[in-house]
Amino acid sequence: MRALIRTVSGLYALAIYGFIFLPVVVLVLFSLQATSFPIPPFTGPSLRWYEAVLADTRLTSALVNSLLVAVVSSAVAVTLGFLSAWGFARFALPGSGLMRGLITLPLTVSYLIIGMGLLVLFNWAGVPKSLLAAGIGHVVINLPLCFAIVYSQMGDHQINIERAARDLGAPEWKVLLLITVPVMAPAIFAGFFLSMTFSWDEFVISFLLTRFDTTLPVEIWNLLRSGLNPKTNAVGSLVFAVSIVLVVLFELMLLRRKPA
Amino acid sequence: MSAPLVDISSVSHRFGQHTVLKNVSLKIEPGSYTILLGPSGSGKTTLLSILGGFVKPSEGKVLIRGEDCTAVPPAKRPTTTVFQDYALFPHMSVGSNVGFGLRMRGVDGATRAARAREALALVGLATAFDKKPHQLSGGQRQRVALARALVVEPAVLLLDEPLGALDLKLRRQMQDELKAIQKRVGTAFIHVTHDQEEAMALADHCVVMNDGRIEDEGSPERVYARPATRFSATFMGESTLISGTVTEAKSGKLTVTTKLGSLSVPGTLPAGSTVALAVRPEHLVLGAAGGAVALGTAKVSDVVFQGSFKRVLGTSAADPALHFIAKVPAVSAVQPGDVVAVSCDAGDIILLAD
Repeated sequence: MRALIRTVSGLYALAIYGFIFLPVVVLVLFSLQATSFPIPPFTGPSLRWYEAVLADTRLTSALVNSLLVAVVSSAVAVTLGFLSAWGFARFALPGSGLMRGLITLPLTVSYLIIGMGLLVLFNWAGVPKSLLAAGIGHVVINLPLCFAIVYSQMGDHQINIERAARDLGAPEWKVLLLITVPVMAPAIFAGFFLSMTFSWDEFVISFLLTRFDTTLPVEIWNLLRSGLNPKTNAVGSLVFAVSIVLVVLFELMLLRRKPA
Repeated sequence: MSAPLVDISSVSHRFGQHTVLKNVSLKIEPGSYTILLGPSGSGKTTLLSILGGFVKPSEGKVLIRGEDCTAVPPAKRPTTTVFQDYALFPHMSVGSNVGFGLRMRGVDGATRAARAREALALVGLATAFDKKPHQLSGGQRQRVALARALVVEPAVLLLDEPLGALDLKLRRQMQDELKAIQKRVGTAFIHVTHDQEEAMALADHCVVMNDGRIEDEGSPERVYARPATRFSATFMGESTLISGTVTEAKSGKLTVTTKLGSLSVPGTLPAGSTVALAVRPEHLVLGAAGGAVALGTAKVSDVVFQGSFKRVLGTSAADPALHFIAKVPAVSAVQPGDVVAVSCDAGDIILLAD
């Protein structure tokens, strides 16, 4: 009986993980296909489609655009998020609870709504569709996330550390730069890497807010319109690999934190 | 006499509706070791924060070296603080922690390192220069915090319950070291604590605080032997308190009527005042061959062996609300349930006006 329960629960776990990861495995597997169609039988392994991706200047420039947007928008989002978290944690502000709620609210709004809202706003303000516009969109979605991560790690025990620095003669900007930022570094990096992950494969906002130069997910979508081929699998695998690296970095940052 | 190093005049402070300091005035002499002693909520930590510049008082002034520092931020005052939780910078080495204040003052790296090493040697941690704070024990962190605060040569060093987080043995040891370090550097120390033993061991000047006021201040010997108020008689060491009323006052002599009978003490209060008479445990004598002033009999409720002495608690036969606390030699045969005569010498009765 016991053995049966074990077997059944083992199979159940296998089914769940299979359900989650099988599509990814299939995607990666057929990116190594040697022939022109990503369908069984598997004819690889071959790296010809990866070569094709790297030879495609539209895809490679989209990849560079994506990295650029991810790095810059995440840096901006984490900086603003950190500053607002510090402000909320260290100063008694009027309506602090409401303001904190408002700053995290965009987390609950769909990217489509945010994207369309920004599109209307930029149209009215005369900001053209561009990587800059998409980057601003990514700051909007990632700032609440960075704020929430940094704010949750900003405990009272750091107040005395900041006080000690002030007491020893540090002006406020040095307190922030030499004490608060290094002490909060794990949360700041965690926020940065998670933002990069989200920005890296964000599609809706980039699709709505870019035109000629665009990001990789939008370019992949363009590619898919002409039907499936192993090249899309290869570029998808690359996107996935980068996401994995970013998520691992994020987790390392959060877990590496020593208990204070 | 020179001007005081620190002059706190008529400082009051409120947090919202709650008044935590009520018209406090205090002078600190250069080179002195001052202890602010009081229970939690007595305002002692707020007073220290006001001295450090972390809190701006609602009323009153703080002069340091004759300059008005009331509204000067911590960074610009000649004070440094040793925090209760040490507040070391966790991402910096011990050497960088100690050198931080000098770095903020624009001292170059080589001089900074040399002076940080000197300060660490002063607190007996010369070898810890390259370590990180988390590699040190609680007592060692405490020393680093002390070195970090002393290296910038403050006019006044403020210590906020610096020994509170240490275990008893380490605490007594650090206590002796603090005193020795203070003597060596000659900086004025102002130290907040609720531990009266710590206060007696360290203070040149002991300030007893309660409910936002200074109850008593002076040398610890004086505060212990002749406490000014009922509160300081009970907070700074233990006392047996006998309440009574002055029934006769003439030529510096008072007759106080209590439930234990009439007692005569020196003093100058008007007749009719209610007073308390305090006797320290070591001055109460149990048994027939006692002191000059008889205090009736007591039923012993508890005897606690303390090593070098026994602490005896008893209830007065004449007044069940009156509790005697006495200290008797360890060899004494007194048992719970015994009924013993209690007495003391006239000179050991402390008169406290209510």
